[in-house]
Amino acid sequence: MELTAQAGSLSAITSAREVKEPGNRALGVGLEARGVHAWFGDKHVLSGVSLDFWPGTVTALIGPSGCGKSTFIRTLNRMHEFIPGAAMAGDVLLNGEDIYAPGVDVTKIRLKVGMVFQKPNPFPSMTIAENVLAGLKLAQLKSENKDDLLEECLERAGLWSEVKDRLNTHGGALSGGQQQRLCIARSLAVRPQVLLMDEPCSALDPGSTLRIEETISHLTSSVTIIIVTHNMQQAARVSDYTAFFLSDGGPGQMIEVGSTNEIFSRPKDKRTENYVTGRFG
Amino acid sequence: MSQTLEQSATPIPEKRELTTLPRFSDRVFRGVVTTGGLSSLVILGLILGFLLYNGYSTLRQQGMHFLTGSNWQAVISDSGAFDVKNSHFGLAAMLIGTMIVALIAIAVGVPISVGAATYLTFYAPNAIKKIMVSAIDLMAAFPSVLFGLWGFFVLQPSGEYWAKLIHKYLGFIPFFQLPAPYVTRSPFIAGLVLAIMIIPIVTSVSREIFSQTPLDRIQAAYALGATRFAMLRAVAFPYARSGIVGGVMLGLGRAMGETVAVYTVLNIVYQVNWQILFSAGGNVASMILLKFGEASPNEVKALMAAGLVLFILTLIVNSIANLIVTRTGKSGR
Repeated sequence: MELTAQAGSLSAITSAREVKEPGNRALGVGLEARGVHAWFGDKHVLSGVSLDFWPGTVTALIGPSGCGKSTFIRTLNRMHEFIPGAAMAGDVLLNGEDIYAPGVDVTKIRLKVGMVFQKPNPFPSMTIAENVLAGLKLAQLKSENKDDLLEECLERAGLWSEVKDRLNTHGGALSGGQQQRLCIARSLAVRPQVLLMDEPCSALDPGSTLRIEETISHLTSSVTIIIVTHNMQQAARVSDYTAFFLSDGGPGQMIEVGSTNEIFSRPKDKRTENYVTGRFG
Repeated sequence: MSQTLEQSATPIPEKRELTTLPRFSDRVFRGVVTTGGLSSLVILGLILGFLLYNGYSTLRQQGMHFLTGSNWQAVISDSGAFDVKNSHFGLAAMLIGTMIVALIAIAVGVPISVGAATYLTFYAPNAIKKIMVSAIDLMAAFPSVLFGLWGFFVLQPSGEYWAKLIHKYLGFIPFFQLPAPYVTRSPFIAGLVLAIMIIPIVTSVSREIFSQTPLDRIQAAYALGATRFAMLRAVAFPYARSGIVGGVMLGLGRAMGETVAVYTVLNIVYQVNWQILFSAGGNVASMILLKFGEASPNEVKALMAAGLVLFILTLIVNSIANLIVTRTGKSGR
């Protein structure tokens, strides 16, 4: 497929990236947020965000701390409501269906919209192999051939060659970067359509970050990725689209969204320009 | 590069002693907390010494019979003196009875406690949680004699019904056989009362450890499409296992040492009885309470020796428990 063409070429920053035209892929309709608001208790933290995520693309969410990026992606797989007192308004449509509709099984939503967290969080009581396949067990899914799935997921997460000889050792012995890729492999094993990544590299060294970015580029053939990052180079390197979030003391808002190339070279909004050029204020 | 070569050529220096001069206030504080820390050890040692000192003569007279025999007779000769030769003190029935009653308490109390802790931590709405936590804490502070009285007047009648039911359907198992149709004041009933008494401690220890389950692991499980039950099985139970075992051991300690409540609902008989539904049991602590009031000075010494054995038994059980915790505990953390 064409979209793997530029995978892995880190030197090719935005201008060299081909902007993917929406709707040209057979991965479903994608994920759409319609006027999403979010609250923690009485605090309104996110206001009226509407964003479309086209299948097979990588969208980066950038913006200063506290602007609601993480809260926003947590509304996309209903992890937001996990926090006591959390509330939301608006619609999130996965393949055209509202994931907040009454009668929806939230566990099924989270199977389709996976998540990788800021801090690597493998299950310490499980081996590497058990970690990767944990989702099958947790969601009571059946798999024809677990060994193939295990290898495939670790391969796609770029970890197979490093761990193939110690699949039955505990995951806690891996380095931070390896643990994070293990978590990515774990998310892939349940075959999500969308993968949410909440600052997946913020706790990692540059080498591990590079590996994860390579992994992300390889994944786009089968998964839609939404990544929150504070690292603008990272956003430029891995994403097709970029959305800029900002809070002016009130609830966070999405200021601008466009192809990553546009956002970084000719943003429409002055605030976006200030942020991406480092003249934030 | 040349620098590193040079460095490797020089001999490795001696390790330096790392010292610091503590301030006066620091030394005073250190003294205070050291005294506090050691005092519990000292008190424990004094009790042990006291029991050894008083119980030694009995242990020497009875020898192994003190642990293996089951008769308890303090014989006073015609002259009114203590008859050493014809007096027999054997604890076997009491020791086995203590273990049986404690094990029944654990078997019944622990599942209830862990279930309650799971509910309170992961299911209960905040309002219910607050009320239940204070109720359970209150239960821990409840005088044990009230548990005994309640057990005698309230639990026992329904306990009898359960005992008969168990005997009817599981009577082929030796433990549930009955030599005679007497089911009141049995180890089974005493175990049920003790089970209720250990619920507060086991529940609050389990609840504490459940509430420390790392949030990022819980979220990881939910993000993989886990139901709450699947999350509990994959994350919370492995994490909490060692802590729960620790709580169970605290409960076991209480169950083995409980005196008054067991005294109220257990028929103490000086004969080893494995049939838990039958109205005959043993319990070291309750036996001491039973005998202490009218015991002659020599019999009191025998009771001291019994106390010493109970003390050591508790110590052994706790050590085994610690061993289990350190062996199995770490993997889920």
